[in-house]
Amino acid sequence: MKRLLPLIVLCALLPGALTLAQAPAGPPSTQADFVPVNQLPAQTEQLPAAPLLMGAYAFVWVALLVYVWSLWRRMTKLEHELADLRRRLQKL
Amino acid sequence: MARVFLPLVLVAMVLFAAAPLVVANAPPEQTMGLVQKIFYYHVPSAMLMFVSAFVCGIASAVFLFRRSAAADRVALAAGELVVLFGAIVLVTGPLWARKAWGVWWEWDARLTSSLLLWMIFLAYLLVRRFGGPGSEKLAGAMALFGMANVPFVYVSVNYWRTLHPKTSVVMTLAPGMRAAFWFCVAAFAALYVLLLTLRKRLEDRQAEVEQLYLAAED
Repeated sequence: MKRLLPLIVLCALLPGALTLAQAPAGPPSTQADFVPVNQLPAQTEQLPAAPLLMGAYAFVWVALLVYVWSLWRRMTKLEHELADLRRRLQKL
Repeated sequence: MARVFLPLVLVAMVLFAAAPLVVANAPPEQTMGLVQKIFYYHVPSAMLMFVSAFVCGIASAVFLFRRSAAADRVALAAGELVVLFGAIVLVTGPLWARKAWGVWWEWDARLTSSLLLWMIFLAYLLVRRFGGPGSEKLAGAMALFGMANVPFVYVSVNYWRTLHPKTSVVMTLAPGMRAAFWFCVAAFAALYVLLLTLRKRLEDRQAEVEQLYLAAED
């Protein structure tokens, strides 16, 4: 066992040593990725704001109108049901 | 009721119809330009979403602890309005974000917590609709939980790193923008009171119908 101990320690340290040997020397250089302004492509993304603004306002109006219409429809149905029930109760 | 109701309808409609004109006259923002004008509908909707969550929570508490059926009807009306105004916030926000941030959505604190708040009240409506007899009490408890979330949603932009503007934006608006903003808040608030009144009236009618059914059975 005593003779095997140095061998066991060597085997345990070997993967760590190999990993360190493969590690990069320092932080990767990113300076080469910066593109000066005068070399940018002619057309960059320009998202127009007007459709987004109009879409937002249109959604608000539509949502509110749909809700008001839904309230009106439910109220009408209930009013009919109420009138019908009152008539039935009067007959009784 | 009619004496109060008709003027309320007129005020709400006039204010809301005039809001686009007021917004058009507000000065454009220096950095974001035209798309910043979504702010005048987005923020009042968010404010009313929070107010409605409080109304729903408080009314639910009154229903749970005092067994008030009228409070339960107010809670249901307010719960629907949380979902309505929440949907407006969650649609107008990304439309603004696409231009301002370059993305439709970010899983940051404010946006995520707002979505969760909206989903809590959506679940409230589903429980009320499909939960069967006795589901009002469970829904009431959910509304209390939803109400407790509102302060967290509000302060999320101040305590976490988010893309969303902080709460101090409203207090530091330029004079031209401030007038347009508060006009829109007043318009939305009038509209909210009107919708809450209408929706509560609908629930009152529903309660009358149920009473008449019971009377007919007897």
